[in-house]
Amino acid sequence: MIRLSVPLRQAIARLVLPVLIAASFGLMLLGKADTVLAERARAALADLLVPVYGALSRPVGTVRDAAAEVRNLIYLHSENARLREENERLRRWRDVALALEAENLALRDVLHAPAEPTPQFTTVRVVADLGGAYARSALLAIGPQHSVRKGQVALDRSGLVGRITEVGGRSARLLLATDINSRIPVQVERTRTRAILAGTNAPRPRLQHWTEGEAPLPGERIVTASEAGAFPAGLPVGIVREGRGGVLEVELFADLDRLEFVRLHDFGLSGILPPEQVTRPERPRRRGDG
Amino acid sequence: MASPVARPPRPRGFWQMLDQVARDVAPGALTVALVLAMGIPIGLPAQHGVMPVPALAAVYFWTLYRPGLMPPLAVFAIGVLSDLLTGAPLGLHPLLLLLLHAAVLTQRRVLTRQSFLLVWVVFALMATAVLGLGWVLRALLLFRLLPVEPALYELALTVAVYPALSWLFVRVERGLAAAE
Repeated sequence: MIRLSVPLRQAIARLVLPVLIAASFGLMLLGKADTVLAERARAALADLLVPVYGALSRPVGTVRDAAAEVRNLIYLHSENARLREENERLRRWRDVALALEAENLALRDVLHAPAEPTPQFTTVRVVADLGGAYARSALLAIGPQHSVRKGQVALDRSGLVGRITEVGGRSARLLLATDINSRIPVQVERTRTRAILAGTNAPRPRLQHWTEGEAPLPGERIVTASEAGAFPAGLPVGIVREGRGGVLEVELFADLDRLEFVRLHDFGLSGILPPEQVTRPERPRRRGDG
Repeated sequence: MASPVARPPRPRGFWQMLDQVARDVAPGALTVALVLAMGIPIGLPAQHGVMPVPALAAVYFWTLYRPGLMPPLAVFAIGVLSDLLTGAPLGLHPLLLLLLHAAVLTQRRVLTRQSFLLVWVVFALMATAVLGLGWVLRALLLFRLLPVEPALYELALTVAVYPALSWLFVRVERGLAAAE
């Protein structure tokens, strides 16, 4: 170690703090100027952390299951009544659905309409729920030989969750639909009115920019729209609700607070990609899978 | 700033050195563990993504009672880790944490002699200032007005968990003091 005189050492010690504060501002500018760099750094860190979070997921899952068990016991009675009522209703809907399916098949047969392509999907595990007041994202653990691509949509068992924003070697970041940076083209299922679902970091994202004079009504079902080819159409999103001040919000079908597994749908749509993705073709990932 | 706590002379042997290093990095490592722990999906129904910011409490506590163990470089590193982990604008957390660090350094001579309640109140004030500045900076960087509510929840949670974290830090601090 180099021996420095005491005053010099003190002077250096006093300089460290201002220099680091300046470095923070520098980082801010760098992050703003070169988004790809920040993204790569985040993906690299995520790759490092995914095994750690993955190892933790088992004990955490046990704790979570225990908590769910306690909750179930507390609400057993009311839950039972609710399910009975819902079951009754669903039974009627099942009859309707079967009749409609038969009719649909018959009509397709008459028209010689091509069958809808079956969507391909992979199921991946959510290992970390990251973010703070202003970012809502989840970390996904994906295998080394994955085919996950940026822009893919993710659904849990009941509805849309968000889309992939970063892909690393064995991890991917999922931007939730409630994140303030999330903008998703949607439509009202019944009227086909187009709108944009904008995240606000509150539990319910807002509806914006719908077609003039066709405001969605509270209670209507919202599904994804294939506007601009960014999203496959018709995936369930949520129900329109009227929030405070008459703002139209969407209550998501997906349970964003208890994400364990998500389905990543690959419809082969490229959609609107950020410019850096367009100019830079995807690098082949060959490291570690020999 | 020179550490006001008189340090014993540095030990000579390899194992002693290792022991010393382990004790020196303990606060930083604990903070990193806490920051990472915030990402564990526990599935709390009221979570909605709003989590306390343990890094604020850690930097505040260690700068106040053991500034030698929470040097600016460690604060900066914790900040960068937080940014990368949570997807915040790069450089935001390092700046906020360093400002908190600097603010505590100027007040620590007065603060260390105060009761826990007052230390907590001062933490609440400083956290309000720091998170408020964070809100302004985010809005500037995104070029968009951001909702205030999530920031208020975050602040309330951060201030609310301070006693628990402080209790944990005091345990660790006593352990470190006993070893010296």
